[in-house]
Amino acid sequence: MISQRIAEEVLQEAKRKGATEADVVAVENEFVTVQVRLDEIETLRSAREVRLGLRLFFDKRSATSSTSDLSKESLERLVEDTSALAKATAHDEYSGLPSPEECAKRFPELDLYDPAGESLSLNDRITRAKVAEAAALSYDPRITNSEGAEFASDLYRIIYGSSHGFLGEYRGSTFSLAVTPIALSDGAMQRDYWYSYSRHLRELESPEAVGKRAAERTIRRLGARKIATREVPVVFDPETSASLMRSLCSAVSGPLLYRGASFLIDRLGDRIAPEIVSIYDDGILPGHLGSKPFDGEGLPTRRTAVVQNGVLRSYLLDTYSARKLKLPPTGSAARGIGDVPSVGPTNFFLQLGPHDPTEIIRSVDSGLYVTELIGPGVNLVTGDYSRGAVGFWIERGELTYPVEEITVAGNLKEMLLGIEMVGSDLTFRGSVAAPTLKIRRMTIAGH
Amino acid sequence: MTQQLVKPDRFFLEKFGLTEQHLERGLGAALGKPIDYADLYFEYRVSEGLSLEEGIIKRASKNIGQGVGVRALAGEKTGYAFSDEINVENLELAASRAKGIAERAGSGNPPPVRVGGSPTHDLYPILVQPTEVPVERKIDLLQRIDAIARKEDPRIIQVMASFATEYKIVMVATSAGVMIGDIQPLSRLNVTCIAQEGDNRQMGTCGGGGRTEFEFFLEDGRFERYAKEAARLAILNLSAADAPAGTTDVVLGPGWPGVLLHEAIGHGLEGDFNRKKTSAFTDRIGQRVASELVTVVDDGTIPSRRGSLNMDDEGTPTGRTVLIERGILQGYLQDRLNARLMGMKPTGNGRRESYAYQPMPRMTNTFMLAGDSTPEEIIGSVKRGLYAVTFGGGQVDITSGKFVFSASEAYLIEDGRLTRPVKGATLIGHGPEVLTRVSMVGNDLKLDEGIGTCGKDGQLVPVGVGLPTIKVERLTVGGTEGLNKSESFLQ
Repeated sequence: MISQRIAEEVLQEAKRKGATEADVVAVENEFVTVQVRLDEIETLRSAREVRLGLRLFFDKRSATSSTSDLSKESLERLVEDTSALAKATAHDEYSGLPSPEECAKRFPELDLYDPAGESLSLNDRITRAKVAEAAALSYDPRITNSEGAEFASDLYRIIYGSSHGFLGEYRGSTFSLAVTPIALSDGAMQRDYWYSYSRHLRELESPEAVGKRAAERTIRRLGARKIATREVPVVFDPETSASLMRSLCSAVSGPLLYRGASFLIDRLGDRIAPEIVSIYDDGILPGHLGSKPFDGEGLPTRRTAVVQNGVLRSYLLDTYSARKLKLPPTGSAARGIGDVPSVGPTNFFLQLGPHDPTEIIRSVDSGLYVTELIGPGVNLVTGDYSRGAVGFWIERGELTYPVEEITVAGNLKEMLLGIEMVGSDLTFRGSVAAPTLKIRRMTIAGH
Repeated sequence: MTQQLVKPDRFFLEKFGLTEQHLERGLGAALGKPIDYADLYFEYRVSEGLSLEEGIIKRASKNIGQGVGVRALAGEKTGYAFSDEINVENLELAASRAKGIAERAGSGNPPPVRVGGSPTHDLYPILVQPTEVPVERKIDLLQRIDAIARKEDPRIIQVMASFATEYKIVMVATSAGVMIGDIQPLSRLNVTCIAQEGDNRQMGTCGGGGRTEFEFFLEDGRFERYAKEAARLAILNLSAADAPAGTTDVVLGPGWPGVLLHEAIGHGLEGDFNRKKTSAFTDRIGQRVASELVTVVDDGTIPSRRGSLNMDDEGTPTGRTVLIERGILQGYLQDRLNARLMGMKPTGNGRRESYAYQPMPRMTNTFMLAGDSTPEEIIGSVKRGLYAVTFGGGQVDITSGKFVFSASEAYLIEDGRLTRPVKGATLIGHGPEVLTRVSMVGNDLKLDEGIGTCGKDGQLVPVGVGLPTIKVERLTVGGTEGLNKSESFLQ
């Protein structure tokens, strides 16, 4: 069990060892995952996990460490080893904790924890997964197989304390249900999936709805073809739009910027997208998946306008990258246990626009509707973008046949500027979200 | 056998005050009708990471993880539970949780566990673990890399070098009475450079590693080569043109481009997907899936390689599995569960990221055997095409068989000669069919430098790939250069 007392004891031990500053993060998880396939239980995985991460500073030298062994001897050895490591590293004038004044004083109530997870029986979990898969399997005779359905829950508690006297803690919960059916027609198989993911059990889409949607998405891929190489308008569905936002979120994150590894360096105040595009990172939306009362360094989370009416207004910064870039931090420190803070999204989203998704598709005479992107082909240094895509060919404003084995390519700089329409269908299905987007022109490579 | 500093089995028993009887009780708690197999996986992992940027160490970290995973198998069902506190109570608790999927409880009587099993291989005999090498030496290495890379060209504005090393002590005890352990070292050195000319900024990356001692990185000028290569790639990309879009002949260089095999066929031949009949390769053993020139193997027994293991994470010795022989599909990669359910033999490919996960069939080192052509002949045979030598990574849709992999260093081939460099582009194809269009195979088989990490179902494991130079006819290249500008390129 983690406790605020353990965090305080580790901080005191660090002080005794001569550390000038220190912070501790401790995490406890209890998760259960149930996987069923073809109506049989396939895997049941369950565990309780505990980890403690430590960061020590000796003036401007620092090191981090972590352990899952929270015994007194183990923690003393951890402080000792980390001290030795810190002393071997170089003086870095930008390093150090945030100033005490910057730390969160009040923790907003964000509705992150659902106690329903504590009393959810194994049978209930299994039933949800089985019902969801059954809904997919019975949807159409062409659904002949399944990768299965999964119901997962995670209940966690996070404690963060620093030698500045900050000590905070919060609990959270997440629940997810996913189904991956497989359809067969004319000897060719296709799979797709659907899922629901939320902080509150009652907010999960019903198992029937998840299964049915997964089946619909899979069936519509049957008979997919390759198309000829060309340049056309491209419409990204909300799932793939969110993937574009994940790339953008990385490109505005401090560590990439100070390293010179982002295409958005020195662009604050510039137009990077049309007027219709506004993008926020909001850590205090109640009940949302990316919300938290303070960031990985104890700074208050907040709503940051990243792009406002097309103009780049803010980067996302932790303390270190903020100092390097001579900008104020944005409460965006993400903390992997045992590693230095990095930057991550809280709820990072593109604000919804006026257009119904069908209206967006109707506006395209001939183009591509993208529903899945695969492969690593995003170069954030240059913005070059080239990924495998699956979707539908749009002809005279209608989705016609499914397409596959093609790539969509462009450059993120031009793709952002080329956003022509923004959908009204923004739904948070994770911590990064976007509505349907239409991009003026991209290169499709096929045969 | 070389002298081992610690015997894995004794390590866990002594460190955590366990006895053979405790293990038997743990297995007993996991067994019981209808459970037909149970195993315990103990892991103790020490890892260290150092990163240098802007000429100074920005990150130094040390992490210690330990835990035990308990698995109970009943037919196709798996119960899995784990604990990060290794003690008798948690062992039995995890075991009974794992058994929780059994419909009827009962008492199991596992055969006695015998301590002292050793893997048959000794692929990474190490005297000094790289984690034990003084940190000053590693920092010095990173600083030398920084200096070498910056000296290559004044346009190099940023050098990021990192060294990550770990060792894992693992032990598997099974209800079949087997108890076997291993000590698994793994290190990786990585260099990334950013070059700038005006507004044009480009990146280059190079690295390598394996289950080696720290000295490996100092031998044969290895670290100098990584530094110079990362700088060269960043500078090269400053002058690269946009890649073409369309279908063309592609020549893949030797080594890391073997990621093609990993994505196009490797995943599709993992036993779980084929047992469930969700792979595009389902029921295709004995059929032609590649040209006559193509033989592909997965070999976990190559000394010191990143993808090699003395035993897999179920205690099965690793082996060499022929996946494709002269174009004909030969076999699958198996763990115990899927092998048993398919009536096949485990191939030593049951791997897991850590004690927190159950094993799955995974690749080790996957590569194509060499052919007869020289690389010059292969490039010379192409009138218009792409020569791709360095790759970022890839991904595959197992069911449809569609795969992608992204080039980070590529050149146009015009009239049998390399002309100009082009920016990275994603290549896309259909796994069961792409190797049928391999029309030339080089005599220059090379394994990659030791940088691969494969993700499946959220679990990451280190792997290797390898390839001789090959020619693939009519592969789709996902660049941006439109039809009119480079029409000659397209076929």
